[in-house]
Amino acid sequence: MADRCAVVGVGQTKHAACRADVSIAGLVREAVDRALVDANISMADVDAIVIGKAPDMLEGVVMPELWLADALAAHGKPVFRVHTAGSVGGSTAIVAAQHVMAGIHGTVLTVGFEKQSDGSAMWALSVPIPFGMPVHAGAGGYFSPIVRGYIKRSGAPAHIGAMVAVKDRTNACKNPYAHLHEPDWTLEKALETPMLWDPIRFIETCPSSDGAMALVLMSEERADRHSGPKAWVHATSMRSEPTAFAGREQISPRAGEMCAEDLWRKGGITNPAKEIDVVEMYVPFAWFEPMWLENLGFAPRNEGWRMVEDGVTEMTGSLPVNASGGVLSTNPIGASGMLRFGEAAMQVMGKAGEHQIAGARRAVGHAYGGGSQFFAMWLVSSEKP
Amino acid sequence: MAQRETSQRDVAIVATAQRPSEIGTRQTSVELLLPVINQAIAKAGIERRDIDFWCHGSCDYMSGQPFSFVAAVDAIGAWPPVIESHVEADGAFALYEAWIKIKTGEADVAVVFSNGKTTSGPIDRILTLQTDPYFVAPLGAGFHALTALQARLCLESGTVTEREMAEVAARSYRDGRSNSNNPHLGGGELSVDDLLAQPYTMNPLRAHDCGLAVDGTNAVVLAVADVARRLTARPAWIRGIDHRIDTQRLGARSMTTSHSTAIAAEKAGAGADRLDIAELHAPYTHQELLLRQAIGLSDSTRVNPSGGALVANPAMAAGLARFAEAAEQIFSGSADRALAHCTSGPCLQQNLVSVMEGE
Repeated sequence: MADRCAVVGVGQTKHAACRADVSIAGLVREAVDRALVDANISMADVDAIVIGKAPDMLEGVVMPELWLADALAAHGKPVFRVHTAGSVGGSTAIVAAQHVMAGIHGTVLTVGFEKQSDGSAMWALSVPIPFGMPVHAGAGGYFSPIVRGYIKRSGAPAHIGAMVAVKDRTNACKNPYAHLHEPDWTLEKALETPMLWDPIRFIETCPSSDGAMALVLMSEERADRHSGPKAWVHATSMRSEPTAFAGREQISPRAGEMCAEDLWRKGGITNPAKEIDVVEMYVPFAWFEPMWLENLGFAPRNEGWRMVEDGVTEMTGSLPVNASGGVLSTNPIGASGMLRFGEAAMQVMGKAGEHQIAGARRAVGHAYGGGSQFFAMWLVSSEKP
Repeated sequence: MAQRETSQRDVAIVATAQRPSEIGTRQTSVELLLPVINQAIAKAGIERRDIDFWCHGSCDYMSGQPFSFVAAVDAIGAWPPVIESHVEADGAFALYEAWIKIKTGEADVAVVFSNGKTTSGPIDRILTLQTDPYFVAPLGAGFHALTALQARLCLESGTVTEREMAEVAARSYRDGRSNSNNPHLGGGELSVDDLLAQPYTMNPLRAHDCGLAVDGTNAVVLAVADVARRLTARPAWIRGIDHRIDTQRLGARSMTTSHSTAIAAEKAGAGADRLDIAELHAPYTHQELLLRQAIGLSDSTRVNPSGGALVANPAMAAGLARFAEAAEQIFSGSADRALAHCTSGPCLQQNLVSVMEGE
């Protein structure tokens, strides 16, 4: 039986298109310092550090955790680096939690970051591949046929994506750390934004951000002695499948379904839509909200868009999704998954400020990556498992 | 020998597979990984469905491609979907993650693998990009050059001598030639005096002081106690494993000792008993000497019977190769207690140490 683990501190940077005021190290340290203050501990109390980010080519630093050892005050400590594509922020938090659950360390600091303005993501993601066929489609070009497939299969009305986008951008205005603060969107205005990759409109895409998220995790023994709110980790799950094979279901990938089923089973959840109070879901393109609602089991197949249309996923609805503004308002790639996990923890800790969902007890953090093929999720609660 | 009791969630290596080193391979990482993974699984006597967790170690910059590890999922054969993770690091760190996963009780059997196509690109320039991107990397110092500075400090402080360094090389090449994983090594033996007569390639380093960049791929199967016993007569029990990091700033740490190795070795229990062999990931001759001191190895411990990373250094796979070589020594009964080590970063910045035992 694994040890229990709780989040006792959460810290994030102010996210922006270009944080020219800080170096990569400064950005990471900003999130780490806030997490340590939130947990009311110092760097000396940290036993190990687990760090994640997306491809090193985004900033041009090979294995930057080595250089960041100074900024993390890690001398003489273990520093562990995770990289699992877009899901990395989520899987990094899970690997960190497992350091605690395996009984190896009592206090673990985990951090995810990306400083996209220090490099060029478009260059980094378009490197001519020496031993394979280049795609050069960009993320939007890659995912738009899948979104089109979803619309065709589900019969969703064309405005659902824009509805999600307006909701998330509006929610983001309640989150002081969010990259985009755009209070004036209406559905009408959203539908007038240019079509980038049909059927994905400009407003339905995520920004490119600099930012970091850090969490302090503790073993049960230490968390019990720690005052302040906690988010207990009830379940974690990861699943992966190949990028492509004939007949692969890409709209609702099997790996995502299995990951969610595993999470509900481990967390003792039988009716997710009823039992989960708030979800922080990885939605880089707006249409992925209804798609993931189905994939995770919150809605029957082809019915996810109805939850959006009925306002169920609004902050005032019965299953608020991305009260923080989500990836659609903030996307420092390597941190985006950990932002989902951390925002879920903040909700059950009652620390989400203006975007707090009153009475949130159980929350899910969700991340995915690659060609909708890597999934990481955790279930946190204000109460002990 | 005072061996520890094996407890329920203890973890052992039960099988290993390595692809013989190559220079300038034309195959993709999936083509390189698939046969090695298949071989490790077959040796363990298990099927893919028996594997609860997969963990991969590699580095995008070695492949010249972002998300290069994504394709490796094809070598796993991840259908139906699997539980899988990846570290941007040597496969030895992937082994550490798998060890943790088994300890939590979420997995009983794990496959760890790594690939390093070191000869595809300018490895010296790539590894230089590990340094501070604002103040150090733009100087273009070069990974070799930074290491040469370390060697110079070691020589001037009397920590090592050029003759001792050449002795490490002579022994490593002699042992490496008898290891079938090293077909790239030519024949012919060089004496220490012959080696010392060679010119410097980067003063005070000679060609034989620097690890040979090769392409390498390997896989290791881990299992929890009762499964390990069922799968193999003599598992290599992981009795301790730990990793530590030092500051990267070369002026801010001792270049003539390895503080992080000393801590990791102590935490892994290296000094608790006699070690029969030690597989050290020392890509430079003077670094082997520093590591021996940091771990506190006695002369009775045989170092790098495989030839070590000096004669075959596939970046991101060389550390896991040390685990494979050490485990094989235990499987065969040649060693009862073995140490495996992996280093990362400039001048031995980060170090992982594990102690394994037979039963």
